[in-house]
Amino acid sequence: MRNSLAKFLQAIKLPGLSFLMAFTLTGLIIAISDAKVIAKFSTPLEFIKSALAAIGNAYLALFQGAVYDVNLTKGHTFIHGFYPLSETIVIATPLILTGLSVALAFKAGLFNIGAQGQFIFGAIGASYVGFHFHLPIGIHILVAALVGAFFAAIWGGIVGLLKARTGAHEVILTIMMNYIASYFILWILKTQSFLRPGRIDPIAPEVNQSARLPLLAGANFRLNFGIFIALAAAVFVWWLLTKTTIGFKFRAVGANGQAAKTAGISVPFVITSTMMICGALAGLGGAVQVLGSTYSLNTDIAGSFGFDAITVALLGRAQPLGTVFAALLFGALHAGGRTMQSSTGVPLDIVLVTQALVVLFIAAPAFVRYIFRIKKLNASASLTSKGWNG
Amino acid sequence: MSLELRGITKTFGSLTANDSINLRVETGQIHAILGENGAGKSTLMNIVYGLLNADSGEILVDEKLVDISEPIDALSAGIGMVHQHFMLIPVFTVAENIILGHEKSSKFGVIDIDAARLAIRKVSKDFGFEVDPDAIVESLPVGIQQKVEIIRALIYEAKVLILDEPTAVLTPQETDELLKTMRELKAKGTSIIFITHKLREVREVADQITIIRRGKVVAAVSPTTSEGELASMMVGRAVDLAPVKHKHQIGEPILVATNLTVRDAMGTAIVKSVNFHVNAGEVLAIAGVQGNGQSELARALINLESHIEGSIKLAGAEIRGSSIYDSLHSGIAFIPESRELDGLVGSFSIAENLILDLHDQQPYAKGINLSASTVLSEAEKRVTEFDIRLQSVSDAVSTLSGGNKQKVVIARELSRPVKVLVASQPTRGLDVGSIEFVHERILAERDQGRGVILFSTELDEVMALADRIAVMYRGEILEIVDSGVTRGELGLLMAGVVTKKASA
Ligand SMILES: Nc1ncnc2c1ncn2[C@@H]1O[C@H](COP(=O)(O)OP(=O)(O)OP(=O)(O)O)[C@@H](O)[C@H]1O
Ligand SMILES: [Mg+2]
Repeated sequence: MRNSLAKFLQAIKLPGLSFLMAFTLTGLIIAISDAKVIAKFSTPLEFIKSALAAIGNAYLALFQGAVYDVNLTKGHTFIHGFYPLSETIVIATPLILTGLSVALAFKAGLFNIGAQGQFIFGAIGASYVGFHFHLPIGIHILVAALVGAFFAAIWGGIVGLLKARTGAHEVILTIMMNYIASYFILWILKTQSFLRPGRIDPIAPEVNQSARLPLLAGANFRLNFGIFIALAAAVFVWWLLTKTTIGFKFRAVGANGQAAKTAGISVPFVITSTMMICGALAGLGGAVQVLGSTYSLNTDIAGSFGFDAITVALLGRAQPLGTVFAALLFGALHAGGRTMQSSTGVPLDIVLVTQALVVLFIAAPAFVRYIFRIKKLNASASLTSKGWNG
Repeated sequence: MSLELRGITKTFGSLTANDSINLRVETGQIHAILGENGAGKSTLMNIVYGLLNADSGEILVDEKLVDISEPIDALSAGIGMVHQHFMLIPVFTVAENIILGHEKSSKFGVIDIDAARLAIRKVSKDFGFEVDPDAIVESLPVGIQQKVEIIRALIYEAKVLILDEPTAVLTPQETDELLKTMRELKAKGTSIIFITHKLREVREVADQITIIRRGKVVAAVSPTTSEGELASMMVGRAVDLAPVKHKHQIGEPILVATNLTVRDAMGTAIVKSVNFHVNAGEVLAIAGVQGNGQSELARALINLESHIEGSIKLAGAEIRGSSIYDSLHSGIAFIPESRELDGLVGSFSIAENLILDLHDQQPYAKGINLSASTVLSEAEKRVTEFDIRLQSVSDAVSTLSGGNKQKVVIARELSRPVKVLVASQPTRGLDVGSIEFVHERILAERDQGRGVILFSTELDEVMALADRIAVMYRGEILEIVDSGVTRGELGLLMAGVVTKKASA
């Protein structure tokens, strides 16, 4: 018990400290970009006081926008205060799925930059099945989600196949495939079958009621069944990696492809099937976004879910549970950032700065170790470089 | 410059790798350190070089206490090291590798590759090395790469040079050259700590020998001590340096290679239309100087190479062109040349490495489920059967010593039904005790009627184990001779000189 706790602490040490440093630096940026703080520059004590106040206010707003809002509107109960938390989870849901996609690829020694494109194809598939067909409740959701995941699995599988057959690098391939997917969605939204009746802008019809993921906390909250799908996917990835022969092959190829090959494990099989499963996961993210949150397909459906996924997977050290936590943290940053902007005037983009700093510190563990005088950390740093070796 | 270690202790968890070690190296002395795999030799040297920090103990240079917590401290104290596993960047040139990590040192100021070139030429001339500063490291033979490491140490004016198993990967000629270099360095006053498993080298070149067993110094002896005595002091029991080979009936051909050609990615033939066979119950050694196509030939036998022509028949069935998986499971056990790169997944546990090939078969797999408990219990059996020394089968295989790593590979490969054992440099880097074990295992396979194809650059090993010896030279099999051949004849053959008629 104590041993596993120690292991857990060891595991979150580097991401935790990176986060701490990112927040500290972001705080400094918030303070020095505040005109009221700068105005007090001549009186040091006042300056520090107002700087701390500015940082405190911003982070308080961030918290209130991400977890619990104490300023209830009239007539609202205690429960309504949790609206921000619901938003955090709604944003985190697709991010968990795309994050798992990148994390699984890491485990097999692949760097999947393509979650964005895979997400788009998942969203397209789910949207089409969602608005075009009329199926019984439950079955409709299942079919729409599976079709989305399937489309994306093919999209990811193409990359796997190309790499396995020709040795082309998956990073280049997935970046290119992302471009194709972004333009593909622009085009398909202008086709007759996707145009919403009565509209000329690129937006698809809303999916039928029967295809929508059930809301979990009533109509006032957007919290929906998608989070369970995401959590189930995390359990699935954990099970696949640790309990199955397929996961064994994935990990073996990821850790030492040459030895795996020498022992008779088919590396092309591993590359192709990994990319298909990664595609399916990211695609499920797109499906969940359409079926549970936006209900319709639009050009900006993927936002930055596919790119944030890389950070999320890194932050989660490519572990399923870690990825879930990292995605929730990112969801909180996004949800809270909006409130921070509206109530304190600190721009939403500052959240991006925080995210960027987190990546920076995670990618430079030696620096974090130096700052905190840590002698030896586990070799989590090798994660990034390993992805490139594939 | 003299170096003295006092009471050096280093633990890894519950394991004491160095247990209050005392050692004194005099100026201009070649001091050999002998010990089994895992005895703690590299650990001790890494402490002296600042890569590891001791839990307790002192290091004195010229009787003065020095504080070494990083390699840079060691370098400035005049201590240089050539590691067991080279630390060169393959795609960099020699000069670039040599200034690596010192780009800002006051000696060169800004990155000054010309100064580095000059310095390399000077050191090369002083010691009679022939190293081109502008050659790309990966294009150089291993022996030269090692000289680059030595030059790197000398350029930073190392007065104490640590050589951790420098001869493990060298050809006999390269080894002789290295020993010569060591004597020259010694004549110029450099002190050398020399780690090796080859007793002949120690007796040839060392002034003083310290023997370490399980982290403790157990003896300090002179180089006149016999090989047998040294071996038993290292291992703690009597060791058979020459394995006993029983006479027995040799069977029918079990693996037949006909017109086998292996090409590299550019289409150049590395193995040129070779013909050979191995009989059941026989050891066929494929001898030759490193780099004459043996590695590629060995890999081709399980279809690990991509461009193979000709025929490989195993018990009458063609296996050329099969998948690696099918080749292995049709009855070939394969011990790869590099256990670290090709044999083991370092971050995987010992138990996982033992089933790298069998993980999707009964009894480990039930459907797609991998039975963790079976994996562990079967691992325990292998560990007992092959006497693998470890703390837990769940530990990463990378924590094992070289000899025990090799035992993991051998245990895995011999737990399938096997008709032919292909072993490539199976004792490279192993201690005398482990070598004895591997040799016994190989002969046991032979005695049980399996065909063994042994690829080895070690003359002694070839002579001791083989029933017939094929000598490879420039991708061809020059001759296949029987085991009555002399060392001298074999040496000449390996150099490409054909002397007598082929016997098989
Ligand atoms: N970083 C480490 N963590 C845990 N154990 C280690 C570590 N490094 C070495 N060991 C253990 O310490 C012991 C001594 O290892 P060391 O590498 O010094 O042996 P060695 O004498 O150099 O062996 P070899 O002849 O195989 O090179 C071994 O049991 C090894 O498994
Ligand atoms: Mg060693």
